[in-house]
Amino acid sequence: MAAPPTAIEQRAPSQPDAAANVVVFDNVSIAFGDKPVLDGISFRLTKGETKAIFGVAGSGKSTILKLALGLLKPDGGHIYVLGDDVTEMREDDLFELRRKVGIVFQESALFDSLTVRENVAFRLLEEGNVSEDEIEKPVREALSFVELENTVDKFPSELSGGMRRRVAIARAIITHPEILLYDSPTGGLDPVTSTTIIQLIVKQRDVYKTSSLLVTHRLQDAFIMATHYFDRKANEMRPLPPGGRSEVPMAFLILRDGKVIFDGDVHELAQSKDEYIKEYIS
Amino acid sequence: MELISPTEFAKETVQSVQEYSLLAAQAVANLFRQPHYFADTIQQADLIGFGSLPIIVLTGLSIGAELALNSANTLQRFGSLSLIGQLVSVGMVRELGPIITGLMVAGRNASGMASELGSMVVTEQIDAMRALGTDPMKKLVTPRVVSTTVMLFFLTIISDLLGLFGGAVVSVLLFGLDWHQYWNTAYQALVFQDVFMGLMKPLFFGFIISTIGCYYGMTARGGTQGVGRATTQAVVASSVLILLVDLFITKFLMAVFAYR
Repeated sequence: MAAPPTAIEQRAPSQPDAAANVVVFDNVSIAFGDKPVLDGISFRLTKGETKAIFGVAGSGKSTILKLALGLLKPDGGHIYVLGDDVTEMREDDLFELRRKVGIVFQESALFDSLTVRENVAFRLLEEGNVSEDEIEKPVREALSFVELENTVDKFPSELSGGMRRRVAIARAIITHPEILLYDSPTGGLDPVTSTTIIQLIVKQRDVYKTSSLLVTHRLQDAFIMATHYFDRKANEMRPLPPGGRSEVPMAFLILRDGKVIFDGDVHELAQSKDEYIKEYIS
Repeated sequence: MELISPTEFAKETVQSVQEYSLLAAQAVANLFRQPHYFADTIQQADLIGFGSLPIIVLTGLSIGAELALNSANTLQRFGSLSLIGQLVSVGMVRELGPIITGLMVAGRNASGMASELGSMVVTEQIDAMRALGTDPMKKLVTPRVVSTTVMLFFLTIISDLLGLFGGAVVSVLLFGLDWHQYWNTAYQALVFQDVFMGLMKPLFFGFIISTIGCYYGMTARGGTQGVGRATTQAVVASSVLILLVDLFITKFLMAVFAYR
């Protein structure tokens, strides 16, 4: 079981460690109807770190991401994102904060009546005062990051599932957010496409040092991320040299019955004595 | 089908009314808040206004013609066939024009809004929009409310005129009435109160159609089946509300104008 969080005063925005913790969940609870989904969970995401969140279906993994963005309000507890308490913020103020956070939804959630270009540039166009020419460069850059430059004029319905996820990643990263939230980015994809997506996430982590929360069912994806790094020169993901696993900022968080039962790195996960965790990772 | 207790049903109903009222109030309040989505409003006005034109032309013409046809039978018995223009103009401008246009646009656009927004909800596009820093109420709901309210006003005028024209064609071709006499009696029968009442109604109906369509769309749950349900409910609720509100507006304005 994860250690309980330290007192809230220690990670208040004015405190020195507030800059290090980009996301803090403090005793957060939420229920849908009579069913409690999260029951007083607490954890932190430190700057530059990627935290993979596991749990069985319905354990509240996606809910955590929606709570972090303020798309849902918890029944209890506090959530701090970049020092701001999102549980206390009005919707109008949240729009400002959301500009610093990118999210890739489970089914991509691309706007189906807009082209790839309009989808990727959505945030820039909404911010206004940007000409068509000005958005072209960042759109091309974002699409080149996901290697889909040739799809700018296509509609989402013309793309494969894997391509839609990559466009969703491009849309999330176009403004270089400080935090990225991935909701099952490899769910329902074939192994080759999944590896491509994981490579992009590792690239974002190692090249841009973006802090991220990654919800996934696939343990192997998180293990790949914990044991690989992105080689900028070769422009590909490579295995870490032996003994170098701790070089990548990767953590694991496991949910069970609405509670956090594990929060640590890959070494701690491998050495866990908890029967449920051992069965989960076997 | 799951049975729910009367208490639960009452709670859900009150909550729905509360949520609808909040959405409607927010849609209006957004008119005074930045940002404004003029391009989206114009696009919706085109879809709702210009797109509804064919059905409004057809229904306006046929309702006017049918009104003339039906009333001619009765008027002939009393030897007052010349009053047909008067009957058609008052009936169309005061009541039938706004009601028929409202119901037609409700059928076409309340369902369209509910299904479009409902699909966006169930595919997380609304969440994505909020996550990308855009308020869906400002970008999706307010433009639809503004454009429906404005366009229904003009569609009603078109429907009224075409209804009168349909009545004129029937009166002249089938009953041998003089064309000028028809238009003269039709014009002279109308007073300010009739025109005011006829043009006030579409403003209320447009607001009802758009807010009901958006409400059912934004609260759609349960995948494609939920979207289908939302679409049906939007058409039924907006049609019933149009008829109910019409009754109240008519009674209220009659009282205000001390109607004859």
